[in-house]
Amino acid sequence: MTLAAAAGFLTAATETHGFLSPTGVEIAFLLVGLVTFGAALVTVTTKQLVHAALWLVATLGGLAVEYLLLTAEFIAWVQVLIYVGSVVVLLLFGLMLTRAPIGRSPDADSGNRWAALTVAVASAAALVWVVVDAFRTTWIDLDGPAAGSTEATGASLFQNWVLPFEALSVLLLAALVGAIVLSRKTKADAAGTGPAASTGPGVLGAGDTGRDTEGAR
Amino acid sequence: MHLAYPAVLSALLFCTGLYGVLARRNAILVLMSVELMLNAVNLNLVAFDVWLSRAAEETLHSGQALTLFTIAIAAAEIGIGLAIVLAVHRNRGTADIDKLRDTAEGHESHPTDGSDGSDSDARTAGPADRAGKAEATA
Repeated sequence: MTLAAAAGFLTAATETHGFLSPTGVEIAFLLVGLVTFGAALVTVTTKQLVHAALWLVATLGGLAVEYLLLTAEFIAWVQVLIYVGSVVVLLLFGLMLTRAPIGRSPDADSGNRWAALTVAVASAAALVWVVVDAFRTTWIDLDGPAAGSTEATGASLFQNWVLPFEALSVLLLAALVGAIVLSRKTKADAAGTGPAASTGPGVLGAGDTGRDTEGAR
Repeated sequence: MHLAYPAVLSALLFCTGLYGVLARRNAILVLMSVELMLNAVNLNLVAFDVWLSRAAEETLHSGQALTLFTIAIAAAEIGIGLAIVLAVHRNRGTADIDKLRDTAEGHESHPTDGSDGSDSDARTAGPADRAGKAEATA
């Protein structure tokens, strides 16, 4: 089996690569990884909602740099385009449309955050222990032609993965139609059930009636 | 590069996202944490693909193809999720997950609870709105 042979070759190669003499790529990966992990920690702990979205940009950009260091350049640019370019902008729009407070909001974390912290730390300890124990001696060979260049990715995607690719386009279409239907239906409901409450009483006191209808609901 | 570096980083990112999903109260922040978990899985897929394409001469590039599929599915998921959160916000006036307790057990006196919750919500939302408008005009 090629796997066994490769594993034997890799263990032979690993003896020359210790953790105490890291290569330049490893040092760069470690530094960018520290920045990425710190930005992720700030994302899930900050009290300011908009800052969480902006720290998410730092996290996703750091991950794009990690993909570049792993020679997966096409994935890196797709990450920058889709995540940093569209998903974070979509999240910011969502924060604005749900009228998120601009400043610090003291109730950003729920009451069970200590239980959540316990679960997260326990699972992190278990996962890191298992992963380090399993892949301590495994070496990625980054020399030679890039494993994730646009040519290699495109060739494998359109030779071996055509059917899932087309199915994915159908899924994206379904998601688009679903999002439109979700936002249309609520608008039709609001116009059908409460036109007098929302648009009837004119400009004066519109906020008060809106608050009253919220209270009634 | 040792495979342990990306594997450990992705495990740590996944657990960070797990903490965010469990501890956050705003639904949009929960969606951000879900994105973190998905990205941790993507990093794992890419690292193992780069390793296996050399070590086992795997030519399918399944890790990178699955990463692209995950990214596309995450984009679809965030669109649908935000549409749902906006619909909930339009109907209930809040995007807090803790306040959406319609299906919770042990809430017999639900209408009074609901009105209390939304009253206090309206009261707390008033100054926040005003502060937000003041900051927007300043």
